[in-house]
Amino acid sequence: MPELLSVRNLKIEATSYPPGEQPKTVTLVENVSFDLQKGKVLGLIGESGAGKSTIGLSALAYGRGGASITGGQVLLNGKDILTLGRDGVRTIRGCKVCYVAQSAAAAFNPAHKLGEQVIEAALRHKIMSRPEAEKRALYLFKVLGLPNPETFGDRYPHQVSGGQLQRAMTAMALCSNPELIVFDEPTTALDVTTQIDVLAAIKHAIEATHTAALYITHDLAVVAQISDDIMVLRHGKTVEYGSVRQIIEEPREDYTRALVNVRQTLRDEAVDQSDALLKIENVSAEYSNGFKVLSDVSLHVPKGQTLAIVGESGSGKSTLARVVTGLLSPSAGSISFAGKPLTPEVRHRPRDDLRRIQLIYQMADTAMNPRQTVRDIIGRPLTFYYGLRGVSKTDRVKELLDQIEMGNGFLNRYPAELSGGQKQRVAIARALAAKPELILCDEPTSALDPLVAEGILKLLLRLQEEEKLSYIFITHDIAIVRAIADSVAVMHRGRLVRFGPKSKALSPPFDDYTDLLLKSVPEMEIGWLEKVLTTRRMESAGN
Amino acid sequence: MNLRSIPFSAWVGIAGITLAIFCAVFAPVIAPFGERDVVGDIWLPAGGDFLLGTDNLGRDLLSRLVYGARTTIFVALAATVLSFSLGMFLSFTAAVVGGFTDQFFSRFNDLMMAIPTLIFALVVLAVLPQHLWILILVMAVLDSTRVFRIGRAVALDVAVMEFVEAARLRGEGSLWIIFREILPNTLSPLLAEFGLRFAFSILFLSTLSFLGLGIQPPAADWGGMVKDNKDGIIFGISAALVPGGAIAGLAICVNLVVDWLMKRTSSLKGGRGDA
Repeated sequence: MPELLSVRNLKIEATSYPPGEQPKTVTLVENVSFDLQKGKVLGLIGESGAGKSTIGLSALAYGRGGASITGGQVLLNGKDILTLGRDGVRTIRGCKVCYVAQSAAAAFNPAHKLGEQVIEAALRHKIMSRPEAEKRALYLFKVLGLPNPETFGDRYPHQVSGGQLQRAMTAMALCSNPELIVFDEPTTALDVTTQIDVLAAIKHAIEATHTAALYITHDLAVVAQISDDIMVLRHGKTVEYGSVRQIIEEPREDYTRALVNVRQTLRDEAVDQSDALLKIENVSAEYSNGFKVLSDVSLHVPKGQTLAIVGESGSGKSTLARVVTGLLSPSAGSISFAGKPLTPEVRHRPRDDLRRIQLIYQMADTAMNPRQTVRDIIGRPLTFYYGLRGVSKTDRVKELLDQIEMGNGFLNRYPAELSGGQKQRVAIARALAAKPELILCDEPTSALDPLVAEGILKLLLRLQEEEKLSYIFITHDIAIVRAIADSVAVMHRGRLVRFGPKSKALSPPFDDYTDLLLKSVPEMEIGWLEKVLTTRRMESAGN
Repeated sequence: MNLRSIPFSAWVGIAGITLAIFCAVFAPVIAPFGERDVVGDIWLPAGGDFLLGTDNLGRDLLSRLVYGARTTIFVALAATVLSFSLGMFLSFTAAVVGGFTDQFFSRFNDLMMAIPTLIFALVVLAVLPQHLWILILVMAVLDSTRVFRIGRAVALDVAVMEFVEAARLRGEGSLWIIFREILPNTLSPLLAEFGLRFAFSILFLSTLSFLGLGIQPPAADWGGMVKDNKDGIIFGISAALVPGGAIAGLAICVNLVVDWLMKRTSSLKGGRGDA
């Protein structure tokens, strides 16, 4: 069978402009080759900066943000599309090769109806007439399992959910009947319970239309469900390239092995969970417009242990953290910390209570002042709470940097000069500087690559041992809960659906929501998606 | 700071501003004639004894330009600095404190802006005694309404960032949040605004002088000089264009420097503390 897409020795370079230096050329991708046959799916996997998106876009002969393809060939049906020139490329983009972006919410024009946008490319390329295109769009909406496919196209992007929008984007790509689709992390921004539907829809649509696909993601468990082959990338180079079975079951390279095993750090829960540091009793909270975000939540965090709060976006898990920190006052109920009631509003809280509860944010980028150096960021709590100045402050900052496994060389760096993982470490050091008893971690690893995230988790666990810290760990990732929690709270639509020691909370009998949540987490197992979908169908048939 | 990293355009701006300030400081030494001395015929052409010619009363244009730099730059700079101090402090307070304070400041600001600036200034200056500091104060207060608007807008953007929330959670006071967390992150747009406002201040001062309510004759100031010589234009005499050109030149120089400063402060990586 002839190859549909064949990439030979691809080299992609970009020019960077370091301040005060001569511009220099950076190689983003080097010597990457792969083949893709009609109807097959190739997964491109790697951490951020591995060049996976850049390679994906090269299939459209496109280099973004100043990147340009400087070497190699991209053969589509045996023809090198890099030599086509600007007009030639236009006959391919949106017609033979389509692209599905990570954030469908940002990729759709909010001012036009979804239907119009879905058929736009097909009409522009004069592939089909308007009635034909509309018919095809309707067919695709049905295949992708969108609700009310007849009227779905009349809606605007803000009127549908994130998962539906991502499926609409897939319909847009499939509409002009392309030979190849590039999926750029299509499910990364979605909740696990939504992700599984989108994955199933994409897989079904690819099979139904016999389209080939490049599937870009950083999640090996996801790509294992959908691809035929996998290419593991790192620093713009191929680490390993093989069939899904070979990569998952017999990885040859150390890096691949680390990726496959990444979700398997496990910690046993503490036996005695009675000594509560933080007690939340019957807490409800609402916004000033009367919208209720938390209703009647009661739980406690034992001293020196970790409580994991899981739930999808909108479940109220971050709101609970805001209530504990005092940013949002509860409308009912009480919170006590170390045996004493906690003042509801942050403005009226004694400084020592503020010191004892610290918060680590999801996005370390926005959680640190970009105009302050690492020394200032970590040093401020030292001055503020302990009055440290000058040499004694610098010494303590150095100690903290050691504790988070970063050297003194970082003292005078600005946040923009740090990597994602390093930023989160500095944020942890800032929290640690206050010598807190409780740290609220609001999804601190969800914006990070799996291996970096694992490093952060290990660091947090080590610090817990050393400093006898308690954590409230907010996450949507069950794997992390399994790895680090002592007790687990499951939240859904502002209510606590389940709370207890990890071993109890995560074993049957389950309530409906916990069951759905647990079953939606992709597992590093080939055929997992089919298995889940079959069970689901059987259950709904049984009902 | 690396001198070689300063771009050419910024050097041009620095040179222009330095020249103007040099003139202002050493006016009595540089000027060939006195500020108020009538030294020749009216509207003599450039050249000979009078490098730029003479004005409508026969005073040396170059000397008046040099002396005029003094008043023009001093008044405009003082007014701009004052208006920024006032506008930024009030707007940042409004953005950080919010609630009633924000409403009060903002609505009062709207009220001030609803009155046309020039007419407001004319009325106030006509009533109040003619002192230089009153002129500066009136200009500053009127200009600060514009600074308040932009200051509040940029500060609100920064005030909702998580690092500000983190500072609040730490228990920091409003002053720390205003000066340490928000101010450094709003410097770029405000610097750009400063350059613009300074230029506007020169123009506004010139307008007031032109209307007879700014700098009082016989003291020289660039706007007043345009007014004095404007009738010459009808007769094809270019004396009015000389102070006009000086105003334009200084405004451009200030903006060239501000553009460069803005680029420097908008970089989030090092490069500021490495003097």
